[in-house]
Amino acid sequence: MITLNLNGTEHQLDADADTPLLWAIRDHAGLTGTKFGCGLAQCGACTVHVDGEPVRSCQTFLGDIEGAKVTTIEGISGKVAQTVQTVWAELDVPQCGYCQSGQIMSAAALLAETPKPTDDDIDAAMSGNLCRCATYQRIRAAIHVAADRLEA
Amino acid sequence: MLFDKLNALAERVKTEPVSRRGFLLSTAATSAGLAIGYRPLAGLAATEPSKQGGDLAAYIAISEDNTVTIYSSQFDMGQGSYHGIATLVLEELGADWSQVKVEGASGNVTHYGNVMWGGGFQGSGGSTSMASSWDRYRKAGAAARMMLVEAAAQEWSVPASEITVSKGVIAHGASGKSSGFGTFAKAASNLTIPETIALKDRSEWTEIGNPALKRFDRVGKTKGEQDFTIDVKLPGMLTAVMIHPPKFGATVASFDADEAKALKGVTDVVAIDRGIAVVATDMWSALKGRDLVTVEWDESKAETRGSEQIMAEYHALATKKPTAIARTDGEPEAALASAAKVLEATYEFPYLAHAAMEPLNAAVHMNADGVLEIWGGHQMPDLYQQMAAKAAGLDPSKVRMHIMKTGGGFGRRATPDADVILEAVTIGKAIGWKAPVKVQWTRENDTRGGRYRPAYVHHLRAGIDTDGKLVAWDNHIVGQSIVAGGPFAGLIKDGVDVTSVEGSSTLPYAIPNLGVGLTTTDVGVPVLWWRSVGSTHTAYATEMFLDEVIAEIGADQVQFRLDLLQDHPRHAGVLKLAAEKADWGKPLPEGHHWGVAVHESFSSYVAELAEVSVEDGDVIVHRVVAAVDVGTPINPDVIRAQVEGGVGFGLGSVLQEELTLTDGAVDQGNYDTYLPLRIDRMPNVEVHIVPSTERPTGIGEPGVPPIGPAIGNAVFRATGQRVRTLPFDKGFKSA
Repeated sequence: MITLNLNGTEHQLDADADTPLLWAIRDHAGLTGTKFGCGLAQCGACTVHVDGEPVRSCQTFLGDIEGAKVTTIEGISGKVAQTVQTVWAELDVPQCGYCQSGQIMSAAALLAETPKPTDDDIDAAMSGNLCRCATYQRIRAAIHVAADRLEA
Repeated sequence: MLFDKLNALAERVKTEPVSRRGFLLSTAATSAGLAIGYRPLAGLAATEPSKQGGDLAAYIAISEDNTVTIYSSQFDMGQGSYHGIATLVLEELGADWSQVKVEGASGNVTHYGNVMWGGGFQGSGGSTSMASSWDRYRKAGAAARMMLVEAAAQEWSVPASEITVSKGVIAHGASGKSSGFGTFAKAASNLTIPETIALKDRSEWTEIGNPALKRFDRVGKTKGEQDFTIDVKLPGMLTAVMIHPPKFGATVASFDADEAKALKGVTDVVAIDRGIAVVATDMWSALKGRDLVTVEWDESKAETRGSEQIMAEYHALATKKPTAIARTDGEPEAALASAAKVLEATYEFPYLAHAAMEPLNAAVHMNADGVLEIWGGHQMPDLYQQMAAKAAGLDPSKVRMHIMKTGGGFGRRATPDADVILEAVTIGKAIGWKAPVKVQWTRENDTRGGRYRPAYVHHLRAGIDTDGKLVAWDNHIVGQSIVAGGPFAGLIKDGVDVTSVEGSSTLPYAIPNLGVGLTTTDVGVPVLWWRSVGSTHTAYATEMFLDEVIAEIGADQVQFRLDLLQDHPRHAGVLKLAAEKADWGKPLPEGHHWGVAVHESFSSYVAELAEVSVEDGDVIVHRVVAAVDVGTPINPDVIRAQVEGGVGFGLGSVLQEELTLTDGAVDQGNYDTYLPLRIDRMPNVEVHIVPSTERPTGIGEPGVPPIGPAIGNAVFRATGQRVRTLPFDKGFKSA
């Protein structure tokens, strides 16, 4: 058994230490908002926060994060995350929606660290998150709008 | 029309009717609420072609808790078809968006057959969803409203003509009476369906064409609440991962799974037609088990050519005579022979993967009563139901299809061999249906699993007379047929697969001598439609080569096209609008250049102007101005989103995507080697919509084709180089 602090709750999981956090979240804890896209930290669909930092859960292993606090799209809270989600809906960012949990987790982490990101900051923080529908124009716009709203 | 030859398949589907209607009826009858209208909808049947006759329960159910459930015939892979159909229903029904649910429906070809394909076959593709739904879903909404109004009129003893319906409220102003829909759902269901169904005049529309309307499914998708096939979970469900042959056409000779079977969590390792399946209690156990399986492959029937060899063969064929003729106007060969100047060029296009974010998957569960349930991205549900029934050894009426939203599609979920769906069925059968099972491809399975946009070579020649007039044009296309050998082979006419030539064979320019030929190749790499199909390559080849003519003559990119589009006002209309919005003719910053392209696909017209500079060998796209004519715009914001995304999708393909093979094995596996666009190369896209009262057409695909040639034409102006081999990262050699 291995302990996972997920969205504020301690879970005892019957999983090995080499299990990627992604599959522990999805198959063992049963939360499906975090998506599988590549398994190689290439697409960002599995992005979650570990102690507040954005990580690719497909390449983060249970044995390496014991005692850490893991937050998924289902558990994010606070002004920054809620503003990001609200603006995302206002700008009608999602198309298929599959990558958007990861996009939002990355965007919320960016704004927490860099309240007024430039386009270059956005490129640097968000280039690890693929969107095959290419909703990038609205993602960029949503991050700027959220930044303005959080500053106000 | 692309799919107008599907009769054989449609007949096959129709001869084995299935029981969706019965299922719907029983669901409605046992739930607390009631669907309206259990009988054939006479009004619809009378005004529609017979195949599209209606039965309200197939389209709309209204429950006593006010929920309006809309059953969508059209598949939603992210392009917004559920929202579009809901918009049509709501406009006429007068419901409020907060009441609305949309579910994918299937198994009732009479009601769900795609009208644009003749109505005999359910499926989504060719950007037809709105065109197919335009009449039937508005009429269903209007009929439901009329029946609710009639029920209210009887209950309140007031004239029906004095009752209004708006935002989910049925009201009678004079008496002050009002109610939600649920109160009258049951009474309405006992009424006769009106014989005459009047639709609103477009001046009364509040939903259709409303630019402020946002997608009804947007909030759930920002909270991780949207379920996809990967999220299907049933008690005891097992997860299967696949080992596919390393080359197309190879088969399993032998395998050793002893170590894998000993691993904790692994329940079964089975050989099926399409490879080896490792089945486990969870994904990670299945993946670990997969690493322990060794397989010997029989490659005696495999395709072993590499892409370099395939392309070399295509180049050799391209300068020979085509094996089939798609179009001949005038006398192209004679006109080329007598032209003052002849231009000649060869364009090369690689295989492309769909690379949708959700790797392919499907889930199955055999119920105790012998009904097999299948969850998946069922873009062609009737076909998949038939094939699954055959594979499972069941009557099709015992197969129930659950149509899930899918994490992108771009054509990949419309697969004539039902690949991943049949994997799930055959795995389930192989393990004796002992548990529900979901097969989940990895990214590498998905990239290497075949069904690509075919590779093509275009050889083009143009003849210019002494007055600088374009008098001859010949376009020879070499590549695989998407439809040959499958259920859509009826699309091939006189040796021409329309999906190989569309865009070239429909070239709109007034050129008196014009030839389009095709040589279809036989290669063992499975291919498929890929967002905008033939236009993915024909738009690039024709709009780039036309620009070679323009540059030779020294003409203006916009005016030259307009001069040749006088018989094609909708092409000309989008080009004029885009040029106007781009301030065509005004100087750009130093080093910036415009490239222009206009293209029709699936009866939608799109012009794109790209402002580009080339800096240190990098192609930088500063701005894209697009104008689109999709007939009556139903959801303007969805149209804008699809063009923005279509530009990004198309840009990735021309700049950096390429799937190659070495000795028959695919070289790329994950997103580190197969390279869709990322945010850092996404330009700003402005989308302008032509006001129109024409019947609506689609926009899921038509935004894609023009961006490649628009970029290529701008790069030529910036550097003097024609990029004739895609992608740019390979074909553009910075000076």
